[in-house]
Amino acid sequence: MDTAVWLQSGLTAPILLPLTGALLAFVMRRRATPIGLLSVVALLGAVILQVPSLFADGPQRLAIGGWGAPLGVDLYADGLSVAMLLMTAVVGLGISLYAAAYFRDTPARGQAFWPLWLLLLTALNALFLSADIFNLYVTLEILGLSAVALTAIAGGADALVGAMRYLLVSLLGSLAYLLGVALLYHAYGTVDIALLAERIAAEPATWAAMGLMSAGLMLKTALFPLHFWLPPAHASAAAPVSAALSALVVKGSFYLLVRLWIELFGEIAGGVATLLGLLGAAAVLWGSIQALIQTRLKLLIAYSTVAQIGYLFLAFPLAVGTGATAWSGALYLALSHALAKTAMFLVAGNLLRFGGHDRIADLDRVVQRLPLSMAAFALAGVSIMGLPPSGGFIGKWLLLEAALTEGRWGWAIVIILGGVLAATYVFKVVGYAFTQSENPHQAQPVPATMEWVAFALAVAAVLMGLIVSQPLIVLEIGNPFGIQAEVAVQ
Amino acid sequence: MTPAVLYALTGLGLFVLGLYALIVHAHLLRKILAFNVMGSGVFLVLAGLAGRTASGIPDPVPHAMVITGIVVAVAATALALSLMLRVAGATGRARLPDEHER
Repeated sequence: MDTAVWLQSGLTAPILLPLTGALLAFVMRRRATPIGLLSVVALLGAVILQVPSLFADGPQRLAIGGWGAPLGVDLYADGLSVAMLLMTAVVGLGISLYAAAYFRDTPARGQAFWPLWLLLLTALNALFLSADIFNLYVTLEILGLSAVALTAIAGGADALVGAMRYLLVSLLGSLAYLLGVALLYHAYGTVDIALLAERIAAEPATWAAMGLMSAGLMLKTALFPLHFWLPPAHASAAAPVSAALSALVVKGSFYLLVRLWIELFGEIAGGVATLLGLLGAAAVLWGSIQALIQTRLKLLIAYSTVAQIGYLFLAFPLAVGTGATAWSGALYLALSHALAKTAMFLVAGNLLRFGGHDRIADLDRVVQRLPLSMAAFALAGVSIMGLPPSGGFIGKWLLLEAALTEGRWGWAIVIILGGVLAATYVFKVVGYAFTQSENPHQAQPVPATMEWVAFALAVAAVLMGLIVSQPLIVLEIGNPFGIQAEVAVQ
Repeated sequence: MTPAVLYALTGLGLFVLGLYALIVHAHLLRKILAFNVMGSGVFLVLAGLAGRTASGIPDPVPHAMVITGIVVAVAATALALSLMLRVAGATGRARLPDEHER
């Protein structure tokens, strides 16, 4: 009995902790910052405590309130879910510490930030734990709405227009996904992923559902050519929000697409995997080139996100035949991108605070004046480029291995070319950071916390390249990428 | 054609109609209304295709989903409307500027 209760609290804690925090922070506005920080620390602790029991007992399934599938909503945690939960908790703690310092001078915005941010964490964690495609729709909507509201709190016409466009895209994606859910429920009489996996067959209803759900999720993940909404929204938001959107929110819909693909659609999809891969390759090249020609730092980083999302989609064609290697590579890349991209956006926030602008050409000798921030940018850049030793290197290496063992040279060339382009745009920023600008500016002080958090996350992204085996072992708990995924029902 | 199929086709028709309006209309209020039409289409598909037992009692699960969906749609519409007012206040127009205008 006791273990059952403990298991229940273990699986629901990542959802209930931030949710409680969000409600408390909304009611007790004056104490929103300590409540937020406390919730995020507790969340990280709860997720870490979950890891040993997963190692011991394998994947866990929990029927909430004792109502099992098909009627109830089940939670399910395997290595893939826990890896995403860990990523969210670690990056979430970094962003929270940064936000506490960032919003110190604008308490009204801070009070709007904390409830929405904790709600966003709630939605992400629920997304990673749900085993029910309708519940996943609800989590997608909470995620989208809280992300849109967070974008809007920066104020100003740019942020409001960016948030509005983001909202329209997000709602369209969710509705397409929901129509797919309706078709699957009609055809197979269940919304539980494990039960669907047993019943699903190659027939028109499945193909229609696959098309609608994949298109909706691609739109939300900002896969080329559906990426048009991402740069304005991510670049106009406040720095901690930009970091959360680029590092975490797009990974939520990507995770869902991977999960659906592995469990439901992969075997009946045929050529669609190649199409996803081609769009990913186009995103790598287009996003990198766009990043290169941007004149504003935040837009450069946002286009870099478009390119890195492209990499993740290369796994869909590469997984045909190589299976786990390609998926592990893409997920490893997603985890290290979350750390590196958060660091980059936080550095951009520091530079904006310091100089009052983010024009790359006018970065006035910031290397000497904000050495810690620029070191963080360079280290994060190492991971984004995919140089060893860094998490980005391991992820790209696994993808390359998957491409080369099958002799698919085309994909390998895209992977390498994207790395070269990434090096070019990172060095462009670092280069301007050394030079003196013609427009010297009045420098504003940057709180030390904001510099150290960015630095710590960038170091973590590089460390991901040195401690490769542990994250990979966590990812493989419960064999989420197995061709015949074993679903252990407790 | 059974009534269930008729409902489902009407629902799909509403979805496509809403999608068309979403793309062609520039005014944000029309876009938000278009979402509501699309949402109603999805709900009609869900409820219309709900299975029935031999005694004619409908499957309650899709109805529960539709109610949840309506709650989500109300929240999303409220957020969209308030954001639209803020956009109109900041830019003077309740529409999204074209990329080349900015």
